[in-house]
Amino acid sequence: MRDQRIVEIRNLSKSYQRGGQIVPVLSDITLDIASGEFVALMGPSGSGKSTLLNLIAGIDKPDGGMLRVAGIDIAELSESELADWRAEHVGFIFQFYNLMPVLTAFENVELPLLLTRLTSGERKSHVETALAMVSLSDRMEHYPSELSGGQQQRVAIARAIITDPTILVADEPTGDLDRASAEDILNLMDRLNAELGKTIIMVTHDPNAARRARSLRHLEKGVLTADRS
Amino acid sequence: MALPIRYTLRNLWTRKLTTALTAGGMALVVFVFAAVQMLDTGLRATLVATGQPDNVLITRRGAGAEISSGVDRSQASIVESQPEIASGAGGTRMISKEAVILITLPKRGTGQATNVTTRGIGEAGLMLRPQVQLVQGRAFERGSTEVVVGKSLATRFESATVGSVLRFGGREWRVVGIFDSGGAAFDSEVWGDNDQLMQAFRRQAYSSVIGRLVDANAYTDLKTRLEGDPRLTLDVKRERVFYEEQSQALSKFISYLGLTLSIIFSIGAMIGAMITMYAAVANRVREIGTLRALGFRRRAVLMAFLFESVLLGAVGGAVGIALASFMQLVQISTLNWQSFAELAFSFALTPKIAVLSFCFAIVMGIVGGFLPAVRAARLKIVDALRAA
Amino acid sequence: MHFLKLVLRNALRHRLRTALTVLGLVVAFLSFGLLQTIVAAWYHGAEAAAPNRLITRNAVSLTIPLPLHYREKVRAVDGVKAVAVANWFAGVYQDPKNFFPQFAVEPVPYFSMYPEYRVPEEAFRAFLRDRKGAIVGRKLADTYGFKVGDAVPLKGTIFPGNWEFVVRGIYDAGEAKTDTSLFFFHWDYLNETMKQRQPLRANQVGIFVVEVSDVERAAAVSQEIDKQFKNSIAETLTETEQAFQIGFVKQTEAIVIAIRVVSFVVIFIILAVMANTMAMTARERFREYATLKALGFAPRYVAALIFGESLAITAVGCAIGIGLTFPVGGWFASQMGTLFPVFEVSENTVALQIACAVAVGAIAAALPARRAARVRIAEGLRAIG
Repeated sequence: MRDQRIVEIRNLSKSYQRGGQIVPVLSDITLDIASGEFVALMGPSGSGKSTLLNLIAGIDKPDGGMLRVAGIDIAELSESELADWRAEHVGFIFQFYNLMPVLTAFENVELPLLLTRLTSGERKSHVETALAMVSLSDRMEHYPSELSGGQQQRVAIARAIITDPTILVADEPTGDLDRASAEDILNLMDRLNAELGKTIIMVTHDPNAARRARSLRHLEKGVLTADRS
Repeated sequence: MALPIRYTLRNLWTRKLTTALTAGGMALVVFVFAAVQMLDTGLRATLVATGQPDNVLITRRGAGAEISSGVDRSQASIVESQPEIASGAGGTRMISKEAVILITLPKRGTGQATNVTTRGIGEAGLMLRPQVQLVQGRAFERGSTEVVVGKSLATRFESATVGSVLRFGGREWRVVGIFDSGGAAFDSEVWGDNDQLMQAFRRQAYSSVIGRLVDANAYTDLKTRLEGDPRLTLDVKRERVFYEEQSQALSKFISYLGLTLSIIFSIGAMIGAMITMYAAVANRVREIGTLRALGFRRRAVLMAFLFESVLLGAVGGAVGIALASFMQLVQISTLNWQSFAELAFSFALTPKIAVLSFCFAIVMGIVGGFLPAVRAARLKIVDALRAA
Repeated sequence: MHFLKLVLRNALRHRLRTALTVLGLVVAFLSFGLLQTIVAAWYHGAEAAAPNRLITRNAVSLTIPLPLHYREKVRAVDGVKAVAVANWFAGVYQDPKNFFPQFAVEPVPYFSMYPEYRVPEEAFRAFLRDRKGAIVGRKLADTYGFKVGDAVPLKGTIFPGNWEFVVRGIYDAGEAKTDTSLFFFHWDYLNETMKQRQPLRANQVGIFVVEVSDVERAAAVSQEIDKQFKNSIAETLTETEQAFQIGFVKQTEAIVIAIRVVSFVVIFIILAVMANTMAMTARERFREYATLKALGFAPRYVAALIFGESLAITAVGCAIGIGLTFPVGGWFASQMGTLFPVFEVSENTVALQIACAVAVGAIAAALPARRAARVRIAEGLRAIG
């Protein structure tokens, strides 16, 4: 399974309309990511790296080209099929954690499980395992506002892996954290990749973060430039 | 799959002031909506309780109300002899020829002169109204200038207590008892002997004739015969129908005015809900984007916000109904335009009104929350996640 | 100048929210104005009453008549200038819901006592010539399309049978408060007909309208009239026309009070909406307020900003609401026909609308302004959204 291609991208293009003008963001991208990889997407602001990540994660739609993730042509899916697909295959880690402020750590992690058929007992044990993995078993009943940035991001990671998704996508996961917390998060992601074999795609412009990835892709003005393994 | 209910509840709880103000506005609308219907129901209940199902009430054709009616003695005798009229114990005819006269009495406290119905009843008058019970004193003596008064009259008029004397028609009338007719319109009346009252006012004709039917089905026969008799020119109605018609104008006025006001006021409350929910959506754009990214469908987001607004409505509805239920302690007395006399009635909260009012509140929540919820569901995930 | 600009720009930042709030305010102030006008219309009869007119009725109740021969005794009382008999007719025109007041009156003394009912001279002469003639008010004529020469059949309730009248004239209002929804016909015609139909009920009068020569002596004259009939079979009660009219209104006071209460409920509803708008707005701008204070603006300035915004929004909503009260009130009056004979939006109502608007604007801003003025700068700068 290690060599199976999780992400297959062929001649992908995407443009936005901005003030009546069409601005190309991605042009003719071709990219494969194998199962178990830990890829960092780098590039200057406006290079299209976040757009590419969004497309792979199925929260945005391409204009042209082929986009197959986890064996499914996601460009062809309808809005609600895509939602179900995301629930099954994608775990998200955001720069600003994006936890629901009105839900506790436990409830935040449990949220994606509400989209599955697990019973509440099963959900409970899953959530506890996930929170133990990010070393937050003692903070289950805390609200996000009662947690530090690093802790919140760990809750977010627990939320991302709770459904055992095919890929994890991370958009600047350390962008809002201090050095020590960022290290914690990167170690955690490292472990997820190395020990659990999670495929991770991360957008970052932090060289420290990029260094932890197993491979690196560079984007510039919507085009993939040099690859380095 | 839907979002958990506690997500909605806690969001409402987090912004307590806004939730309270929005639900408070709705509560006031529901209060008006419920109170008006309670008033209308109370009014109808009073007048329906006044009529007995197997009694008929006979007035002069076209008179509409007892006060403008006149039934002369010969006509009344013809009515009395009809076979559809029941006989009571000892062969007494179950019929009461009544004289209805309006007098003015000063109200307790304000001294405001108010029209009061004074009813001279025949011998069977009390038997025809089994709902009437004496609660204080005794019944009036026939052939004397004694009267009994209804209980809501007794509380509102100084001169209407046992032992006091009313002056009208050039005579003095001693109040010897107080009766309770179980919330009927009679509670606002003075009752005495029909002959005495007619003598005092030099009346030649009765106002109306009330009779008990041998059975409820005999009504059509009696009505056809009496109304077809050229000597009579009378209207025959079931007592209950007669009293219902008596309240029509007042009831219509109350319910039309109330409904119009509730609808207009609800526009204000729905706008309040809309403002609140638009702000809720605007403040949670990134949350919405995250939920959608996690795999919640547009519909789930729509439902979550709609539910939040419906809950606001539900809180408003519950508070509004609770406020309105206190109105049951209040008794209203006003002039009934059709009978031209004072009529007292209360706010009556029925399960139907409670349910209707609650539904009204829910509808306000749905209407107010719909557009904001649609906006939330329509957000593009990528844009929503980028929002500050 | 800067301050006003800032207030206005702030108010326009959330266009949708401001627009919705203004819409709510318009609805609230419009309905408040209409309800106040309805209450005023209720009392119009008392306002239209002239101080030199008295009403003499049966002391027992209005529904019990007085003998016709009282007229001469009343006329003989010192200070009485003129007497006219009048009866409430209560006929039904086609359907009971077509209600309008009808009076059988003695034409010459009655219309000279009510100069505000402006009848063209020619029409009045035609009315006098026709035993079955009637004079109708302009509003009544417009509502039912009555024209001079039209036959108007009425079905009697108090006076049984069918009655046929011919419109001989239409009167106009002499003053804004004059009721032009009335229907007048000859008292003699009523009495003659009753003599044939029910002789026992002939020569009976509902009320005597009495004109006094000296307004100052009105009270003495009414006492003198009532003294004439003391201890007779039909004692009288004489009061000024105004007291007589208020007597009617007082009996339906519960309804008037309910409408009054409800009209203030709508103000409370809109107060809740407005307070909510200001609370949300202020919460979102906490950081800005802290910034302003950091720049050296006084807490008072920050509070004034919020008050200014709140008052500006209520002012706009209230102004539109008042502006709409007049046309909508006019439309409402035309729909109601003769139910509200006089339906005029008064200055009092407008003043009350403005007072409520200021109160709503100020109260809605009070809490957020206090909070914003008190916020500690460091804390406010940290607050997000």
